[in-house]
Amino acid sequence: MVHKVREADLFESSVGLVERVLDTSIAEKIRSCIQCGTCSASCPTAYAMDYTPRWIIAALRAGQWERVLRSNTPWLCASCYYCTVRCPSGIEFTDLMYALKRLAIERGIYPKGSPVLYQAFTGTVDRYGRSAEVELMARYYLRTLNPWGLIKMAPMGLRMLLKGRLPLLPHRIEGRRELAKMLDYMRERGEG
Amino acid sequence: MAYTYYPGCSQEVSNRAYDLSTRAVAKALDIELKELKDWNCCGTSPSYSIRELPTFVLGARNLALAEREAGACDLVTICNGCFAMLEKTNLRLKEPDLRRRVGEVLSVAGLEYEGSVRARHFLEVLVNDVGEGLIRERVTMPLGGLKVAPYYGCQFSRPEGRYDDLEFPTALDRLLSWIGAEVVDYPLKAQCCGGLLMITKEEVALKLIRDLLALAQKRGAHCMATICPLCQLNLEAYQDRVKVRFGADLSIPILYFTQLLGLSLGLEGKALGLGRELVSAADILAPYLVVASREV
Ligand code: SF4
Ligand code: SF4
Repeated sequence: MVHKVREADLFESSVGLVERVLDTSIAEKIRSCIQCGTCSASCPTAYAMDYTPRWIIAALRAGQWERVLRSNTPWLCASCYYCTVRCPSGIEFTDLMYALKRLAIERGIYPKGSPVLYQAFTGTVDRYGRSAEVELMARYYLRTLNPWGLIKMAPMGLRMLLKGRLPLLPHRIEGRRELAKMLDYMRERGEG
Repeated sequence: MAYTYYPGCSQEVSNRAYDLSTRAVAKALDIELKELKDWNCCGTSPSYSIRELPTFVLGARNLALAEREAGACDLVTICNGCFAMLEKTNLRLKEPDLRRRVGEVLSVAGLEYEGSVRARHFLEVLVNDVGEGLIRERVTMPLGGLKVAPYYGCQFSRPEGRYDDLEFPTALDRLLSWIGAEVVDYPLKAQCCGGLLMITKEEVALKLIRDLLALAQKRGAHCMATICPLCQLNLEAYQDRVKVRFGADLSIPILYFTQLLGLSLGLEGKALGLGRELVSAADILAPYLVVASREV
């Protein structure tokens, strides 16, 4: 009996969470998953995931949010959309992976270092209006304390430089003040 | 034919040859590509991974600028990532709630977006709008004998599949055949290049790249044609690392499809940004260059 109550609680809380953080359409749809495994079989990176896509849906429906967020799975999604276009139940699994990454950040629960590249990327975009690849890489390797990564990148960086393909200076858009205004506006409202 | 052109961040420096060859090809085919003034990042997948509203605001700023400049127009991209993100922005903005929230933020910068701009990919514009007849007519240097593996990557036809088959796109195969190239059968054509995992999960991405290169080699391709800057970079710049990691020499030139098209239209290598490859294409392209092959 105790067991049953707990399960119901979990289900309810997970349903609440689903609706708060995911598109309502996805939240509703994961209930229609038939656990066929097509998503997992189609996923080019599933072999390296802690839990395959099918498992993720099962875990979410069982209310095991924390377990999902602690896994490396969302951060191994390359956004190839194979799972999405093949799912017989029309579940947009790729968007679910995106939503899980956002939820992970909101809750502060993720494998160490996972969001750093994404955050660094977004940081340069917000500052200049466009991405700045060199600054991005520098920030990434600094923040992940991984000088080895930078050293490994060096030969390629040099070849790119010699071919005139290394963007040393960021391009700043003219409208960056307006962009900053919009970003501030969202931040003030807790939507940034 | 007139379009608003959205080059995308990667084309400014690291994949400048893609931008150059796109503009050159468009000019040769009498397509007017007018660059969107002061465009910004498309919204981009890394941003969507960590926040929703600002991502769509970034995308919507571009769409709003395009609408203000050219009204209900087609915004032409050459990056699969930009294409997919702008398309997604448009799609999601059909949701009344998101539309209202994005509109409110845009208004802070004096912008508004009615939703009348369409995102397009240049490959698909060439195949669907320009068409076979005109392209064949303009070919002066058919690429006979050049075996090309057509590589689309993920986000050209997925997730929407509005312009091509979701899993087995054919636009690039068709275009390459119109310009005389020998298109090799390449069943991994819409598989993933790993995208940004190359930075965050290198082992995983290298394996994907290894598989793609190995198949191109097995099918006897002289080069691969790409339609996305990130695919191009992942396939080209990590060939050394693939060799170290897997002990297989899979080196092969990776070109932008616009460079091959440009050559067939009789354009010079320089105008197409040739010579900036990390894996030289000089030998395989020598027979098709109008000027001395030294130029590449
Ligand atoms: S393909 Fe769809 S229905 Fe099948 S297991 Fe995956 S999410 Fe569930
Ligand atoms: S979109 Fe992500 S989860 Fe889906 S198949 Fe591709 S890599 Fe796997």
